Amino acid sequence: MYRFLAWTGVVVVLALVPFYLDGFWLQTGLFAMSAAIGAIGINLLTGATGQLSMGHAFFLAVGAYAYVFFSAEPTARLSGMGLPTGVAAVLAVLVAGVAGGLFSPIAGRLKGAYLGIATFALIFGGQHVLFNAEHLTGGFNGRAVPELNLFGLSFGDTPSLIVLQVPFGTLERLWFLGLVLVALAMVFAQGVLKGRPGRAMNTIRDHEIAAGVMGVPVARYRAGVFVLSSMYGGLAGVLLALVFQRTVPEYFGVLLSLDYLAMIVIGGLGSVGGAVVGAMFVSLLPQLLTKYSDSIPLVAAPGTPGGVSPAEAARILYGAAVVTVVLFLPGGLLGLFRKIRLRPPRLRLPLSSPSPSPETRSPHVP
Amino acid sequence: MTTFVELLVNGISIGAVYALIALGFVIIFKATEVVNFAHASLLLAGGYLVARLWPVVGFWAALLIGIAAAALVAAAIEFLVIRRANVASHSVLAIVTIGVDIVITTELTRQIGTDVLAMGDPWGSQVVRFGGVTLAETRIVALVTAALLITAFLLAFKYTGWGVAMRAAAEDAETAALMGVRLGRVSMSAWAVAGALAAVAALFLCVFPTPGLDRSTSLVALKAFPAAILGGLDSTTGALVGGLVIGVTESMMSGYQNDMAFLGRGIGDVAPFLVMLVILLIRPAGLFGTKELARV
Repeated sequence: MYRFLAWTGVVVVLALVPFYLDGFWLQTGLFAMSAAIGAIGINLLTGATGQLSMGHAFFLAVGAYAYVFFSAEPTARLSGMGLPTGVAAVLAVLVAGVAGGLFSPIAGRLKGAYLGIATFALIFGGQHVLFNAEHLTGGFNGRAVPELNLFGLSFGDTPSLIVLQVPFGTLERLWFLGLVLVALAMVFAQGVLKGRPGRAMNTIRDHEIAAGVMGVPVARYRAGVFVLSSMYGGLAGVLLALVFQRTVPEYFGVLLSLDYLAMIVIGGLGSVGGAVVGAMFVSLLPQLLTKYSDSIPLVAAPGTPGGVSPAEAARILYGAAVVTVVLFLPGGLLGLFRKIRLRPPRLRLPLSSPSPSPETRSPHVP
Repeated sequence: MTTFVELLVNGISIGAVYALIALGFVIIFKATEVVNFAHASLLLAGGYLVARLWPVVGFWAALLIGIAAAALVAAAIEFLVIRRANVASHSVLAIVTIGVDIVITTELTRQIGTDVLAMGDPWGSQVVRFGGVTLAETRIVALVTAALLITAFLLAFKYTGWGVAMRAAAEDAETAALMGVRLGRVSMSAWAVAGALAAVAALFLCVFPTPGLDRSTSLVALKAFPAAILGGLDSTTGALVGGLVIGVTESMMSGYQNDMAFLGRGIGDVAPFLVMLVILLIRPAGLFGTKELARV
């Protein structure tokens, strides 16, 4: 009952946001939602299965560009399919999954950090394609993203829509779509993690051989989780493209992939909630610093010489946050919240705390 | 034919530099089982100090300071972060090094800004001609230095007490500790050596014919990752071979890219990663990596 009330409260507050906050915050929030979906995906892969991936940005790019390609009307310079936008969005997610599947000979066989380095190839190869396949991707300048249109409801500025005296433009409409998508993504991932596949994934992470002995097809699971995580990436890419309204190749580089890894470590590895918390932290931090750069010491407004720009300050902060979390807060921010909620005398250990097995890490004797 | 020889020698030379980076990467992995994604930032730190200090103290002193500083930073990462992190899996340690990398790289690229910093090296843009083949002096120096350093390292690894301790620790940490090997010192020294090698590599990545040290240098350094993994993460031989394979591939693909226009511009930058994928498809543990076997 208590949980139900809490969740209802969260939903009501989130649904009220577009009526009170301006475009800047809506856009920031939407970026955070897209990041949350992507982070859930990579947390299934890295957090729950122990497979490191540096290539997550590539799958976001695949999702974003595939959506544009399927939905845009072909022009003389750029090709497109002109499909209904809803269909295009679904196809884009599927294409991202297929791209992940094509990588499965490698994703299934390599483990941990080996896979991390191998997936660098996706980023660099992907960047190469994005810049060079100009008729598909628009090259350096990227492509404009067509508005989404679902069942007659357009997620654009026209036709104008006024709800309770608040004009509902692109961002307000996408806000609700984003909420629904994040909720679906969370529920689905929760189902995967709590069920049979989740147990298998955690066993692979904790002890590969034990997993194999128990009858878990390790390679197939690794490849499967990789595909699932890339589909999450694709969905995040589609939402991102809709919010951005333009796809730019530079955005989908190494730095974005590192951001995603930072998110899941900061939030908490291996859980859906952790991914969402981390995504919010990493995507809201730069915007908060930008907005309040005047009143924070050491941080200069963007464009002024000297001082640390908000974007850089945010990067340094969350880089440091990754280190701090691993050193002092195993379990991430989510683990911290749980600890606060479960502090004595109601002390109950969270069931999901992964204990290091002796094989995975030998103790360091200084 | 001359073009081919020029490209080949240049490729081997740049490959030797990649091998230096990859070697450091492999040493760290062997000693602490950490995949060090902060390696590019160590390299950037060393290179940045050299570039900033040479107008003040002269090139050779600056180079020494740069190498020492990179070694110090690496040792500090090991001492302050890696040793203290008590985590369930090595993937998490790898992500920690990503956090370190984000901090160092962001700060250094902020300091560098949009500048291109010269390294102040004595070789400048001079070239040497053998027959019809023209080679940059810097490339020859890079090749010789890298060869010397790698030989020295391999000899030390094999014959000195430090090398034996390191190999013993890599083989079986617990037994080594019982035999009196100080694991803390071993892993710290491994990090320091790797940092020093990265700083030397930084110098040669930023001299002629490249314009100098700029904010994209750390991206160039990422090419040493495929070098390390295609040779096998736990093999020093693998790092050397991997470095050379990557160097020659990159040099050839960039040199002949006009003949391969259908692959698009800048294929030389992507080729190392594609080679890595192909090799990993055939040998998932890399060319010289030990295939992991476990007894249950």
